[in-house]
Amino acid sequence: MPSKNAKPRLAVWKFASCDGCQLSLLDCEDELLAVAQAVEIAYFPEAVRSALSGRYDLSLVEGSITTPEDAERIREVRRRSRYLVTIGACATAGGIQALRNFADVAEYAAVVYARPDYIRTLATSTPIADHVPVDFELRGCPINKRQLVEVISAFLAGRRPAVPPHAVCIECKRNGNVCVMVAHGTPCLGPVTHTGCAALCPSYNRGCYGCYGPKETPNAPSLSRWLAALGMDARALQRLYRTFNANAAPFREESERHGA
Amino acid sequence: METSGTVVITLEGLESLIGLLKRRGYRVIGPTVRDQAIIYDEIAALAELPRGWTDEQQGGLYRLVPRDDDAVFGYAVGPHSWKKFLHPPTELLWTAERTEKGLRVTPAPLPDERFAFIGVRGCDLHAIAIQDRVLTHGGKIDPHYRARREALFIVAVNCAVAGATCFCVSMQTGPKATGAYDLALTELGREEDHRFVVEAGSEAGRVVLAELPHRAATEKDIAEAEAVVSATAANMGRSMRSDDLHELLLRNLNHPRWDEVAARCLTCGNCTMVCPTCFCTTVEDATDLAGHRISRSQRWDSCFTMDFSFIHGGSVRASPRSRYRQWMTHKLATWQDQFGTMGCVGCGRCITWCPVGIDITEEVAAIRDSEQH
Ligand code: SF4
Ligand code: SF4
Ligand code: SF4
Repeated sequence: MPSKNAKPRLAVWKFASCDGCQLSLLDCEDELLAVAQAVEIAYFPEAVRSALSGRYDLSLVEGSITTPEDAERIREVRRRSRYLVTIGACATAGGIQALRNFADVAEYAAVVYARPDYIRTLATSTPIADHVPVDFELRGCPINKRQLVEVISAFLAGRRPAVPPHAVCIECKRNGNVCVMVAHGTPCLGPVTHTGCAALCPSYNRGCYGCYGPKETPNAPSLSRWLAALGMDARALQRLYRTFNANAAPFREESERHGA
Repeated sequence: METSGTVVITLEGLESLIGLLKRRGYRVIGPTVRDQAIIYDEIAALAELPRGWTDEQQGGLYRLVPRDDDAVFGYAVGPHSWKKFLHPPTELLWTAERTEKGLRVTPAPLPDERFAFIGVRGCDLHAIAIQDRVLTHGGKIDPHYRARREALFIVAVNCAVAGATCFCVSMQTGPKATGAYDLALTELGREEDHRFVVEAGSEAGRVVLAELPHRAATEKDIAEAEAVVSATAANMGRSMRSDDLHELLLRNLNHPRWDEVAARCLTCGNCTMVCPTCFCTTVEDATDLAGHRISRSQRWDSCFTMDFSFIHGGSVRASPRSRYRQWMTHKLATWQDQFGTMGCVGCGRCITWCPVGIDITEEVAAIRDSEQH
């Protein structure tokens, strides 16, 4: 991938987000050493607004687009990157801050900030792929560090990352879990959620909250019908789909079908 | 002591059987209660079996409930099947390392685990036979499966309870255990004179049985054991006519019912994960960051994923309709062309563990009934 002998250059960029996904990278204690040996890493925190320089073999982008400046900055990042991979629910779906897409931002700003007139923000929080072409989207809130290492290894090796887009259920069953929905009557978003977490919550007898967003070909209306029959009301159904991936189309549309 | 014919053992005899198998170097696997369900796991003693428990099952519903007696095997099959051990969810195939002389590939060693399964039902015996056919005969042989299978000791159980989603009678796989078992038990007198009628089905079974405290079975024991099986057969939760499935389904590939089921199907893959005959796997490669080490492993896959039918240009079965239809017609029709047997044993797991209760017997009936009009 890089020019001869030089280490590949990896950049980590931050947009509107909580830093949780970057922490996943720092959390790769054992792997980090190998990452640092294999690549040259540059961090660009949100605060760095100075003129960008250099070109990067792989850009990891965390966060969503919520300001006009960021909408401009991401174009510059794209121009400077050979591969651009978005990481986390913010970058791939708009994040929890995309709840604003269902409300009036000016009203929110007036409630939250003493001087709302200082705030310059867009009416929506949108994923990076709405603004520039993206080579790979790594889902999760936060991302799974094992998957992050897999994506970096795959891009370094020039192969497709082994990050399947199927339901959480498949990993849940491979783990040998007893299904919390069928055996306990606990609502679970696993059947419509993209795998990635190794079915963390059902492994602890909790229903899935959908951190990784919609799976390939999700059928949320069918799951909602079943959950409604189990006793979940319209308001609860709406909230179920309105979390970290509220703005991902299949979850957004499903939440809009329920509740007031 | 030489043993021939049918004998009777007590609860203590069952306890001795577990101990004896362990002493003979087996990993003894049996039903046990975990997370409010009866699953299969390693067991060390009789006390770990789900004594006094049963299950209630329906489409998309499973509940563990206490029995009013002390039965050890008084329930139907649960979320696990024995393929979890014989054909595990992930299996390392090989590793490779970059050396000065090039790539050095090391195949994963063959497993040396010897399993003894306790409580294998008729449907699951047939499911094991189906996986034997797929994984150890003909084209591609899975050496890991074969190694575990050859070392396996099976203690079957004739079912005393049919689950509400069971239809083994329709598929001719139960409730009496038939086929390759070493020992087969029928539980009798759960409150008084609690005992098990035991038949040996192999030389290995006869040798083990001879070492257990037992007495010869009387005519009464045998009649009671037969009555247990006929009562279960008369109480199947589901049924499905199975002699015409091949023609029925293949002449209805464009039936509107496929659209109706697709509107409900989550394509989550749960049915294929719980099915004791589903055998499909995919391979996954892992490389380290430096590119010095590679490993390839095999993992359970499902025909409900898009990647399953991905070829150049995209997935062949992009619609949920085509994926559900592929699954069901393979189980019930084209499996016969491919392997000469049915792909379904009527265990009912796919019905119970479908998160939205889709029922294979109901789908077949809907298509069949539509032809009557
Ligand atoms: S617990 Fe949830 S993720 Fe696991 S199989 Fe059941 S529905 Fe799927
Ligand atoms: S909520 Fe779902 S996606 Fe998130 S960690 Fe739990 S199981 Fe995984
Ligand atoms: S298709 Fe369903 S009923 Fe048939 S063997 Fe598989 S899980 Fe059991």
